[in-house]
Amino acid sequence: MSQPFHFSDPKRAKELSDAIRILAPREPVKLVHVCGTHEIAITRNGLRRFLPASVRILEGPGCPVCVTPAADIETAIRMGENGAIVCSFGDMLRVPGMGRSLESARAQGVDVRTVLSADEAVRIARENTKREVVFFAVGFETTAPMTAAVVLDDPPPNFSVLTSHKRIPPAMAALLDLPDTGIAGYLAPGHVSTILGTKAYEPDLARYRIPVVVGGFEPLDVLYAIALLLRQIHDKAPRVENGYPRAVSEGGNPAALALLDAVFETADAAWRGIGTIPASGLKLRSEFHSRDARRRFDVRVEEDDAEICGCRCPEVLTARAVPSDCPLFAKRCTPLSPVGPCMVGAEGACSIWFRYEGERPL
Amino acid sequence: MTDRETRITPLHGAGGELMDELLARLILPRFGKKGSGRIALSALDDGATVALPKTGELVITTDNHVVKPIFFPGGDIGRLAAAGTLNDLAVMGARPIVLTLAAIIEEGFPIADLERILDSFAAALAETDAVVACGDTKVMPAGDLDGIVLNTTGLGVAEHAVSDAELKKGDVVLVSGTIGDHGMALLAARAEFRLSTVLQSDVAVLWPMIERVLKVGGIHAMKDPTRGGLAAALNEMARKSGTCIEIEDAAIPLRPEVVGLSDLLGISPLEVANEGKAILIVAPEKADAVLAALRGHPLGANAAIIGRVIDEHPRRVILATEVGGRRFLDMPLGDPVPRIC
Repeated sequence: MSQPFHFSDPKRAKELSDAIRILAPREPVKLVHVCGTHEIAITRNGLRRFLPASVRILEGPGCPVCVTPAADIETAIRMGENGAIVCSFGDMLRVPGMGRSLESARAQGVDVRTVLSADEAVRIARENTKREVVFFAVGFETTAPMTAAVVLDDPPPNFSVLTSHKRIPPAMAALLDLPDTGIAGYLAPGHVSTILGTKAYEPDLARYRIPVVVGGFEPLDVLYAIALLLRQIHDKAPRVENGYPRAVSEGGNPAALALLDAVFETADAAWRGIGTIPASGLKLRSEFHSRDARRRFDVRVEEDDAEICGCRCPEVLTARAVPSDCPLFAKRCTPLSPVGPCMVGAEGACSIWFRYEGERPL
Repeated sequence: MTDRETRITPLHGAGGELMDELLARLILPRFGKKGSGRIALSALDDGATVALPKTGELVITTDNHVVKPIFFPGGDIGRLAAAGTLNDLAVMGARPIVLTLAAIIEEGFPIADLERILDSFAAALAETDAVVACGDTKVMPAGDLDGIVLNTTGLGVAEHAVSDAELKKGDVVLVSGTIGDHGMALLAARAEFRLSTVLQSDVAVLWPMIERVLKVGGIHAMKDPTRGGLAAALNEMARKSGTCIEIEDAAIPLRPEVVGLSDLLGISPLEVANEGKAILIVAPEKADAVLAALRGHPLGANAAIIGRVIDEHPRRVILATEVGGRRFLDMPLGDPVPRIC
């Protein structure tokens, strides 16, 4: 049985590429996406080849583990040193924190377990009733509902959450406030938008009058969303537009949104390489304070401003540089011996470029 | 039955009565009938003799085989060990004549499992004219080893051995069948993913197919894309020969199950092992004839031309993506790890 629609169809890709060339302005435009899966789609399929030289697309803060502050990693390690079992996504383990990572702490005897979901951390808590179990909750609005679900589902008393969950729309606004980002339009993340819906971008982004198009992850989805962005720029008619209607609605996923609202409230949050962004974090509501690991453990870690040194990760995370702009990229910094978090996280731009292009892009 | 009749004990590797009994019960019935030369395996001497070929050159290769799980969909470590070494000889253009078989076994390993493994080894071997000339058995204490490790050394004869480095600009790149089957089948079989699939390993003995293809001629280089998959093998060939290989994503034969698992796990099928496939680099005027010869053998039914040798970026591999993009295909870093977030 043949597929009803072929999302890598070279003929349709050529048509979109032609449209992109016609719509592209003569002066350079910089488009930014905020999702590691978009960068994988672009790099793996060689989609930059379809764009004229004047159109660039860069990854911003699209890798959840990359933007997790070093202080949060250190906090998780110290909870482990206080006797807790620390449950973390595997991606987080090698991210360098304040002089050490969860992985190096584990080598020193801290009990760090890799989990694929929050559920698994709850299971570990049920199996280890005599010990505290901390779930290190990292991720955007796509993973936060899963954390909310386990918090609501009456987990055992020894289970608590160290939340480092973040909201994407405030970060998109924060990048526009930086002096030198020069962003002409946002390719908004399809996964996050499935939860949030298209209307969730308006409170944070409406005042910037910037084109925003929600895009999917197949090659044609990405090219289509880029064409829609360039049309908005061409028509000088910025708005939030849905380029992924087969998965994303205006209102989002009501069940997931209800979970988020029941468990979390917004709070200011530190983003690694960017700084503190107002209302960009999710903290547990007061009725769930008993589940808050930060309240359960007496651990205080001061924010460390000089937390990424020697590499251009902060500029990569704010879409002011691409990986190959960094002198360390693929030389001193590789996935086997990473310097910055962008080379560790599977969704980090440096790690993706290295994986799919090697030492240098074609 | 006593424990030592059903399970491997340290005495089975100690060179005494019990080991002789093991050889008589398990090894000689399977491998003792055909000899390699004047003094054969069945003589149980300190060594065996191999008759020298009258023309051509001798090709030798060796491999250690470890695999988890030991029994996997489509094969087991026995078939893998035999095919692995026979295939290394085959892609050198050599007819396999002799194999050695050495085993290191964990104490307590079920003898019934060992028999299954030896049967698989013997069945794979029987697809060629090669024989087992000698072997060895050692037993390690329980816990010191995960089940069983096999070592096989192979000896073959080639009229003119085929290297993996003689690529020339304009040559055509072929693969003998679907890519990524073995690696994806094993990943799916690993318990932690809780996946179920009909996908099987492609583990197979390539010599009968390659023997036909060698007769067509025009083969400049061959390689079997085992560990690191197609991506590693092509990069190795490009680096050694100083050429650039360009392949087309859409031309690479892939089973739908492999594509599905690859999307699910975030692991490229081009980076996982194959155990029954060959890459052939062929003079352009012979490419169609080689393709026809491959397809004329059951193992080559899905053979395809996937690319060409060019000189654009020496020592690199370029992947033309299905949608119409282009990127470098680099050497995989190490064992693939599934995407988590």
